[in-house]
Parts: sequence; C-alpha cells; structure tokens
Amino acid sequence: MKRGSFWSWLWVIIGTLYFLLPLISTFDFSLRAKKGELSFLAYTRVFTDPNFWATMRFSLLIALFTIFLSIVLIAPTAYWIRLRLPKLRGIVEFISMLPYVIPAIVWVFGAIRTFSGTPFFLTNTLFGTYVLLTTGYVVLSLPFVYRSIDVGLAAIDVKSLTEAAQSLGAGWGTILFKVIFPNLKVAILSSSFLTLAIVIGEYTIASFLVGIKAYGPYMSMIGQNKTYESSSLAIISFLLTWAFMGVIQLLTRGKTSGSSMAGAR
Amino acid sequence: MAFLTLKNVSKVFGNTTAVEDFNLEVEKGEFVSFLGPSGCGKTTTLRMIAGFELPTSGIITLDGEDITYKSPNQRNVGMVFQSYALFPNLTIGQNIGFGLQVRKMPKEEMEKRIDEMLSIVHLEAHKNKYPHQLSGGQQQRIALARALAINPRVLLLDEPLSALDAKIRVELRLEIRRIQQEMGITTIYVTHDQEEALLISDRIVVMSQGLIEQVGTPDKIYNYPSNEFVAQFVGQLNLLPITDVDLENGKCLLAGQEVRFEHTPGRIISESPRLAIRPEELQIGTGEGRNALKGRVESALFLGAVVRLRVDIGGVFLSADFFNERSRTLPHSGDEVVISFPEYSCWVM
Ligand SMILES: Nc1ncnc2c1ncn2[C@@H]1O[C@H](COP(=O)(O)OP(=O)(O)O)[C@@H](O)[C@H]1O
Ligand SMILES: [Mg+2]
Repeated sequence: MKRGSFWSWLWVIIGTLYFLLPLISTFDFSLRAKKGELSFLAYTRVFTDPNFWATMRFSLLIALFTIFLSIVLIAPTAYWIRLRLPKLRGIVEFISMLPYVIPAIVWVFGAIRTFSGTPFFLTNTLFGTYVLLTTGYVVLSLPFVYRSIDVGLAAIDVKSLTEAAQSLGAGWGTILFKVIFPNLKVAILSSSFLTLAIVIGEYTIASFLVGIKAYGPYMSMIGQNKTYESSSLAIISFLLTWAFMGVIQLLTRGKTSGSSMAGAR
Repeated sequence: MAFLTLKNVSKVFGNTTAVEDFNLEVEKGEFVSFLGPSGCGKTTTLRMIAGFELPTSGIITLDGEDITYKSPNQRNVGMVFQSYALFPNLTIGQNIGFGLQVRKMPKEEMEKRIDEMLSIVHLEAHKNKYPHQLSGGQQQRIALARALAINPRVLLLDEPLSALDAKIRVELRLEIRRIQQEMGITTIYVTHDQEEALLISDRIVVMSQGLIEQVGTPDKIYNYPSNEFVAQFVGQLNLLPITDVDLENGKCLLAGQEVRFEHTPGRIISESPRLAIRPEELQIGTGEGRNALKGRVESALFLGAVVRLRVDIGGVFLSADFFNERSRTLPHSGDEVVISFPEYSCWVM
C-alpha cells in the first residue's frame, strides 16, 4: 500500500513539475521587462497596445460567428442523423474527424485556390475573406462540436422524445426548440467555449487569410519581435483558455451531479 | 362502422414482413390488447395507428376518417412508451401541459387541466419536480397523464410496464384499466405478457409472425383457443400424443388408456393428433363420468396456493395443478395416482 502510494505521488509530482515549471519560468520572465526588478511592465505594454485589443476583438467576433454557424449547422444535422439516418452515423462521424487529420495549412491552400477564382470570388473582398475565415473555423471546430452534440443527443432518447412530442401535436419547430435543444444546452455551451478558445488562438488559417488582423498572428508577431511582451501574452492567453475550460468544467459538472438523464435546467 | 378500423393493413421492411393483412375493428371505449411474442409485429401495428410508420398497403380509419397517411401530430392520438419518454428538461406539470400548450390552451384552463390529470394519477404533490426525481412507476403515470391530457381519440400503449418491477407492474396495470374505464377512452395496449392481457382487456388480438392468430374476449381466447399457437401462448397447456382417434364417438387412446372428448365439428385435427387439456382442469382421484388416467407422480412442486404435479402416464408426461389444501398431504414422487377430468374440458387438435 505505502509503496504504491509513494510511487503514485512521485509520478504526480513529476507530472506537475513538467507542466508547471515552464509556466512558472515564463511568468517569471514576463515580469523582468524592467531591468533589475520585477514588474508588470510587459503586461502594461500589452494592454496599452491598441493592436492587442483590435486583434482580440476581431478574433472574438469571428469566434462568435463561427459558434453560431456551426451550432445552427450541426445541431439539427446530428439530431436528424440520430432520428432518421442512424446508418449514416459512422460515415458522418468519420467526416467530422477529417479536420483532425487534414492539416490546417492544407485546408487553407485548398480554400484559397478554390475561392479566389470563378465562380467564387471570396478572397477579392474583405467581407468574402471573413466569410472564408469563419467557414474555415467551422470546419476546424467540426470534430468536437459534432462529437459534443452527438454525445448530448445520446444522453436522451431522441426517437421516443420526438415521437412523444409529435403525438402530443408538436411540429418540428416545437420539437427542436422545446424538446431537443434545451436538452443539449450543456453540449452546445461547452462546445461553444471550446470553439472560442480554439478560434482565438488559431494561427495558420488566420495568418494566410487576414494576417495580423487576428489575435493568433498578432501573438506570433509579438513573439518574434518583443521578448518580454511575448511571455506576458503567453500567460494572458493561457489564463484566457483556462477560464473557458473552467466554464466548460462547471457546466458539465452541473449536468452529471444533477441526474443521469441529462437534466439540463 | 367501428370507431377504429384497420383494413388489410400490411407493413414490409426491406425483406421482412412485419405485419400482414391485419384486419381489426375496435369499438369506441373498448380496451383491446395486442398479445404475442417479441417480433410478431405488435409495435409496428401500433406505430401505424399512431402515424410513426406508414402501411405498405391497407387503410386505417378513426372515427370515420381515413388517417392512413395523416401525419402523427395531426391525429390526436395519445401514446405511452415503454421508456416513459418524459421531457427531462420540463417539470411534471410542464410535461402534462406540453400538448395543451401546443394547442394554445389559455393558461388558467391549462393549469386546471394539469391539476385534474395529476389527481387522476394520484401524483398531485409532484407537479414541480423533474422526471428524474420520480420513480419509474411514477414517471409512467405521468406519461399516461400527459397522453390523456389532450383528450386523445385513442390511447396507445406500447409495453408500458415492461421496464418496471413486478410489484409496480401489478399495481399499475389495474390503475391503467381503472383510468381507461373512468374516462371511457378507446385503448390499444401492446404486451407480450398473457396474464396482463387477460386481466385488463375487453378483447385480445393474439399475433404471431405478423399475422393475427385469434381475436376474442379473454375467456374466449383462454377457453377456446382457435389453434395450437394461441393455446400454447396463452396459459399452460398439456398437449398429449394420442392414437386411435374416433371423432364420431369422441374417443381416443392415450398411452393405451381410453379418453373421451367432446369434438367440435370443423376443428382441424393435425396429422399427429394430440389431446389438449389445461393443468387446472385435472383432479386427483376419480369421479362420476370423468376420464380417468392411471399414472405415477414424477415430481410435486409446492408453490403455495397451488401444487404442481408432473405425472407419468405410461410414458406420456402431463402437468396438473391443484389448489393447496391444509388437510391434505402432498403426493410424493413415485406415488401411484389416478388423474381425472371431464370430457368437455379437453379437446383434440
Ligand atoms: N424500422 C424497422 N426496420 C426494419 N425492420 C423492422 C423495423 N421495425 C420493426 N422491424 C421488424 O418487424 C418485425 C416486427 O417488429 P415489432 O413490430 O417491433 O414486433 P413486436 O413489437 O411484436 O416485438 C420484427 O421482425 C422487426 O425486426
Ligand atoms: Mg414491441
């Protein structure tokens, strides 16, 4: 017993150090912008940089559109597949996994090639480029948005609930908004925050389509040019991501402690 | 015309025929059960009445209206599922009110109706709880209340008690029957449990492999099964091989001993005829004008109210049920016994 707990503690400590040490040293480094003393100077510089706020706002906005688009697209689709096309589930799941194996760089080159000529001239206008960026992120977020919603659907008896609602006189709108979506609240919210975290930090697609307008490329540029600010940015981004993850944790915990029936309320 | 009719209804899935040439007329206020083994097409038939499946051929009418292809949310048909299918995000009250809200019933009237339904199923205290806070039996009562709240033209129940434990099942089936009679609602009840079907139905439709085997009142089905399948599926039955069948005089030989039976003309007798008799028709000891068979007790099972004997009649085994009597000593295996029964209690098929 004692031996076992000694070894497990050792591994926990090694793991924690492996994870925390770089973080701590980055944080420490970010405080040394002023020679000879510890200060938040690097942070002040970041927060007073208008580009920080501009890129952050841009990426947040794109993230919101991405979330909206992917939920509107995926939730009804996943529902319909569970209800009427269960045989297709394997195929759809495979397709939803493709973004995992196709590198973003491949996608972005393909997208630029396809959508910069006839018949689609998306990259010719700013708006078109934003549309392309958003759809790119929809593709990028597909694996976990689909997964998360599909898991949410698995927790409820989609077929019986739909039929129960139908026999009570409900049409498709009522079924979706009163029965299905409310029970997917947790799945939708948690995948939204995950999408948010990913879109804000994304580099590859953003840098090819919009450059340093987006937060990811901005971060990378700072990293190349400004030593201390890049560390403080890393810490800021890290905290931001953690905040989103914390929200997801909170949401999903509320769900499991409530009931076994996905009683989202 | 009957209230609910199914005319030549068939349903084919790929290369399985789930339901074949199904014909049935159900009167208003009647409680009809579909009884049969799993996979015989009960659910499919029910789902065609509900509108969740479209018949491959045939016509379904309700209250004189052809509803064969009407969409399920236009039929005004109540449905209760084996899995309860309560909306987990809504309270009990909201669940019962769901169909009323869809119908845009005024709030006050709706609350009244919800309370009324809750009192019918005796769950007034749970209005503001969520489904997962209730037991399975309570959830199914709520599902029943929800289905009845909309005043459906027909109530459809698909094995509503299968997921519940025995005690609740016994309680709830009587309650379903009570509520059905109180409200006078036309009901179709799907079950594979013959005891359940016998207990609560006005009429039973016995099905097997997509076909109707027999339709009739519970006692008709039990006492006059029209074929071997029904006889075997509903209740216990001894089917004993016989020889020298004389239909004219109603006589045959069972393991060399003569048995008299009442023959119903027209009844089809198979190539290898057998004598059919229910275990509870048998008695220990002889009696005036009764068939008597000599045999040896093979085993005696004491089940409390009932004692079940397995008796060896010259190599043919039959099972016989007796009510337990305090004063009587139980037969033991190896005992020589005489088993008797009146000739009208058995038949040949
Ligand atoms: N959606 C379906 N697709 C294919 N076959 C089905 C479908 N529904 C039912 N069946 C088949 O039809 C037959 C009858 O099924 P069902 O009506 O569910 O029987 P029961 O309710 O009596 O157990 C079974 O052989 C079943 O496999
Ligand atoms: Mg069934």
